[in-house]
Amino acid sequence: MGDLTRLVFKRLGLGLGTILVVSVLIFFAVELLPGDIAEAVLGQGATEETVTAMREQLGLDRPAFVRYFEWLGGAVTGDFGVSLVSGERVSDAISDRFVNTLFLASYAAVIAVPISILLGVFTALYRNTIFDRVANVMTLTTISSPEFFLGYVLILFLAVRATMFPAISSLSGDMGLLELLHRAFLPMLTLVLVVTAHMMRMTRAAIINLLASPYIEMARLKGTPPWKVIVKHALPNAWAPIINVVALNLAYLITGVVLVEVVFVYPGIGQLLVDAVAKRDFPVVQACCLIFAATFILLNLAADVGAILTNPRLRHPK
Amino acid sequence: MSKKDQVLINRIADAARTGRISRRDFINTSIAAGLTATTATGLWTTKAAAQPKSGGTFRWGLHDGNTSDTHDPGSYVTRQMIYLAHTHRSYLTMINGDGSLGPDLADSWEASADASEWTFKINENASFHSGKKCTADDVIASLNHHRGDDTTSAAKALLSDVVEITKDGDYTVKITLTGGNADLPWLMTDYHFAICPANDDGTIEWKSGDGTGPYKIDGGEFGVNWQLSRHDGWHREGAYFDKVEILVLNDPNARQTALVTGDVDAVSLIELKTMALLQRDPNITIHNIPSAGAITMPMHCNKAPFDNPDVRNAMKLAMNRDEIIEKIAFGAATKGNDFHHSPAQPYWPEDIPQREYDPDQAKSLLKKAGAEGLTVSLSTADSVYAGAVDMAVLYAEQAKAAGINVNVVREPNDGYYSDVWLVKPFTLVSWGARPTPDVMYTLAYKADAAWNESYWVNDRFNELLLMGKAELDDAKRGEIYREMAMLARDDGGTIIPFFNNFVYANRSNVGTPDALAASWECDGARAASRWWFTG
Repeated sequence: MGDLTRLVFKRLGLGLGTILVVSVLIFFAVELLPGDIAEAVLGQGATEETVTAMREQLGLDRPAFVRYFEWLGGAVTGDFGVSLVSGERVSDAISDRFVNTLFLASYAAVIAVPISILLGVFTALYRNTIFDRVANVMTLTTISSPEFFLGYVLILFLAVRATMFPAISSLSGDMGLLELLHRAFLPMLTLVLVVTAHMMRMTRAAIINLLASPYIEMARLKGTPPWKVIVKHALPNAWAPIINVVALNLAYLITGVVLVEVVFVYPGIGQLLVDAVAKRDFPVVQACCLIFAATFILLNLAADVGAILTNPRLRHPK
Repeated sequence: MSKKDQVLINRIADAARTGRISRRDFINTSIAAGLTATTATGLWTTKAAAQPKSGGTFRWGLHDGNTSDTHDPGSYVTRQMIYLAHTHRSYLTMINGDGSLGPDLADSWEASADASEWTFKINENASFHSGKKCTADDVIASLNHHRGDDTTSAAKALLSDVVEITKDGDYTVKITLTGGNADLPWLMTDYHFAICPANDDGTIEWKSGDGTGPYKIDGGEFGVNWQLSRHDGWHREGAYFDKVEILVLNDPNARQTALVTGDVDAVSLIELKTMALLQRDPNITIHNIPSAGAITMPMHCNKAPFDNPDVRNAMKLAMNRDEIIEKIAFGAATKGNDFHHSPAQPYWPEDIPQREYDPDQAKSLLKKAGAEGLTVSLSTADSVYAGAVDMAVLYAEQAKAAGINVNVVREPNDGYYSDVWLVKPFTLVSWGARPTPDVMYTLAYKADAAWNESYWVNDRFNELLLMGKAELDDAKRGEIYREMAMLARDDGGTIIPFFNNFVYANRSNVGTPDALAASWECDGARAASRWWFTG
């Protein structure tokens, strides 16, 4: 187990380095965008004087690297600064939205992950039957349709025709859990449909891959029933690739949901990021991107740790 | 009246009550059914027009709102900020439903004889949501927020001719100008000039969201939603709803679905493409209101070939506006007549003949100018207006009949207003609504204006502009703006294809006044205080 702890710390250290590099990239990418916050906020009606006045008030007349290191100095001590546009603390602006995003992502994950792994196991078990084909066609259809299209189709059938669920998911703080789940149902379902195919197909492929191995042949020959062959013998060896795909999809549920947020008017972090980029609001862009980067790093780490735990051989690299 | 007529009238009155037909339709149909106009009008008042009723939560879906918006009146730009401002804050004056100017925070106002000094009397009952009385100090600080060297307000230019703003007692504000400006009370309706509480040092406290408007903010978040409840001390009539909930619905489809499923009671914009389909829904009332926003096509009058008025007029005659309105604006537009003064603005001259599509006359004008077989380039971009490029291509086709070759040049969206507009000789531009013709002409048609987009210099026009600005007599002003319109139409360098309409909708259980203000969508952005639930 000592090896594992060392690995976790090593990876966390590397992750910090990655985040630092990401922050530099983001900062200069925002700098490279044409126009700056003063022009973006004042719009077409901006005059030379008002733009200059605003730049001075926001300190944008100082060189870029000075501003970057000021921000970095704050960030290291946990102070991500204030939004240049609204003057609100970045942590305040982001926290509620990030909680909403996490809520939607976990809601979708709790449903999507078990369903897709089960479907994967069953399609491997009954491969090349009608069940397998239907499951494959359905999931491939949903993953191939753009998210906003899926969202609109669900709205049409479940909100407009059948009025079972609200078409827009406006949340407020005083809603009970049940109402929250009801309000967020359609965006959750859209996300589930989008991520299921990937995880299901990977589970199916990983298991089928193993079914040709000699030890599975052995299990069959000694008379183990097919479901037991898969669950007890094939699945344990297939976990590593499955966990990796699950981690990737979980990251996607957090970072890639802007379209779903727009279609269902869900107040998540994606919309915040898009607006912040449009206004060149660097501290907010930076904070959102770092959250996304950290999500990827942590989930990748979790996937690796998971893979090692399920496969003792990986604990002793040669 | 026969029994059959009576049944018919009752049916029409029913239709009017549920919002399926408008007041005008009601009266026309009733007259057709054999009533006199007076009886029909009386019937409308007693039978059809519902009296406003109090109560309910008005859920209002708005397009155009960002999470990066703020309460700072100097940076108001999106609909979310503007509509919220008209709901929780007040202005000195307001534009009424019929297009006239009415009182808001100011009870009355008057000018010195040359219109260079204005006095506004503040309503003494007006109070902020915090309970504090609204006084002259608050008004002065709120206006000064847009003045001075270090202001970052986008409305700075509108107050550039203000010399000083002083108070005369707690409820009187005096504004002194460098010259006469009869439009100052109209300017005070500009969405930036919301009144906020003053700090002791003469700045304003805008961050808290306090205001003197009909509703106070209970909670909310920019780019998501706002909850407001009635401010009991509001100084004007209206505010029938108990609560107002503003939802930012940027996605056109989400907006439409929310309206259809009843998740919201009104939306600020519907897509023109699907307007006809939405019209079939009996639970929805669509409003199609001519606005003062316009699409313009300025030609640089200081450059060949546009330096010849005959060429400019040929270009204007070569446009089939009806076809453009039908195909590009889906009918939701008001035909332009090449002067930038919309029927939605005051002093609009009614009797100016409409310029029609006349390729033959265009040809003969070109012949006269010695410019037959003219070839010009028209620069445009899709960001200007949804369908701007299509519109340019359609115009190019129409102009062919007049022997004019129009090359449509598609420019990049980014930087269109800095690299193309005012630079390329013939462009396509979109203008937001301005409250009066004077503001519009001063901004974009005055000889020395920074945004004189057609570089048009006409001495008489500029002389009239200054006369009109300081003229307090409405009849004389009307005459002046009529003459200016004729000059712009027949000598100016700007083709105006159309003024775009505001198209918005509400569920039919929402009652709306007969006349809806045309300054913004949703009754001049004041739906929350002017509309009501019929039941």
